[in-house]
Amino acid sequence: MADPRLEILERRLANVRKIIAVSSGKGGVGKSVTSVVLALALRDRRFKVGLLDLDFTSPSTHVILGVRDLQPIEDYGIIPPVAGGLSYMSIVFYAFDNPAPLRGLDVSNSLIELMAITRWGELDYLIIDMPPGLGDATLDVIRLVKNISFLIVTTPSILAFETVKKLVNLLNSLKTPILGVVENMVMDDKGRIRGEVDKLGVRYLGEIAYDAGLEASMGSVEKLKGTRFYVSLERILKGLL
Amino acid sequence: MHEWALAEGIISKADRIAIENNLEITDIVIQIGELQQIDDEILQFALEQLRTDNMKKARFTLETIKAKLKCRACGEEWRLDLSSLDEESSEAVHFVPEMAHVYIKCPRCGSPDFEVLEGRGVWLASVRGVRKDG
Ligand SMILES: Nc1ncnc2c1ncn2[C@@H]1O[C@H](COP(=O)(O)OP(=O)(O)OP(=O)(O)O)[C@@H](O)[C@H]1O
Ligand SMILES: [Mg+2]
Ligand SMILES: [Zn+2]
Repeated sequence: MADPRLEILERRLANVRKIIAVSSGKGGVGKSVTSVVLALALRDRRFKVGLLDLDFTSPSTHVILGVRDLQPIEDYGIIPPVAGGLSYMSIVFYAFDNPAPLRGLDVSNSLIELMAITRWGELDYLIIDMPPGLGDATLDVIRLVKNISFLIVTTPSILAFETVKKLVNLLNSLKTPILGVVENMVMDDKGRIRGEVDKLGVRYLGEIAYDAGLEASMGSVEKLKGTRFYVSLERILKGLL
Repeated sequence: MHEWALAEGIISKADRIAIENNLEITDIVIQIGELQQIDDEILQFALEQLRTDNMKKARFTLETIKAKLKCRACGEEWRLDLSSLDEESSEAVHFVPEMAHVYIKCPRCGSPDFEVLEGRGVWLASVRGVRKDG
């Protein structure tokens, strides 16, 4: 018996040029902020950009973007609403402020359903904010999204980097391309992570300093664009394009 | 799941099967879990609209599988009743069936941690046809 949802999923992404999953083995390292700011920075360069939040149990990008009173439009599927110039999709459009207690298989199914109904149309970039770790969502995007590549976020902490090593290892064994590693929340750069990333044979894309002004910019696209975080990521992006 | 999105997937899959096996498709049976909240009429209509040349006369049969839920906390088993949901919640479950875990609770103990024993997902149960080369 065949699952027709997988068939649609592939077609939904047919006109998306590049799909980037922002991921880390560790939680709380800045994946969500990086996803949003990366998407905004690409949009500022006049690309057509989509942002998909795949952290179903703890979605955050809607808070970072300040998404309010938006709802997808139903039209032979779902057309994502536009937030901050980005085609935006998140489970919050269906769960709202309620907790979504989903187990593994439910996460997989939600991901498949959401990606099968969403009509992105033509995009230059689709940025995906991933939940932390090597769980269901990570395995599913690798399995289901053919031309995906990963941007990995770490902090200077050995605790974060240890998990990043495992993620790199997994991606390598699944032959999934890695764009490189971004080092976030850097306080005093000793270049240690850069050296470690080199050893893994992965590109070190650059660092983002700890930005005390970031919190006050949450929920406002305009304010986010004025942060040091944004400037650093913009510099990293220059090296990526 | 959305009916038109689903129809697109079904037709695309069936068409692929037709091409791979050089078939003129005559019958397609689709099993749909009740949790998917599919409107059979809309799905039938969408399938009719999207059918390809490889299935010009095909008959689409839709079978709904009743949903049966089981609470992981207390073991209670029950049948799905979406009639108690408000429009917004029911629509959310329609688009993403797993949202049942957001809006439905165990009738005995109130836990949202339940298992969907039956009635989840969509399957192309059978695709029948005749070989084009006779
Ligand atoms: N460079 C930075 N300077 C200051 N604060 C930061 C920086 N990067 C991220 N933060 C803050 O750290 C917290 C975690 O960031 P974020 O939610 O993006 O991490 P995450 O990796 O997505 O977490 P999770 O694993 O829970 O999804 C947030 O409060 C965010 O504002
Ligand atoms: Mg996050
Ligand atoms: Zn119970």
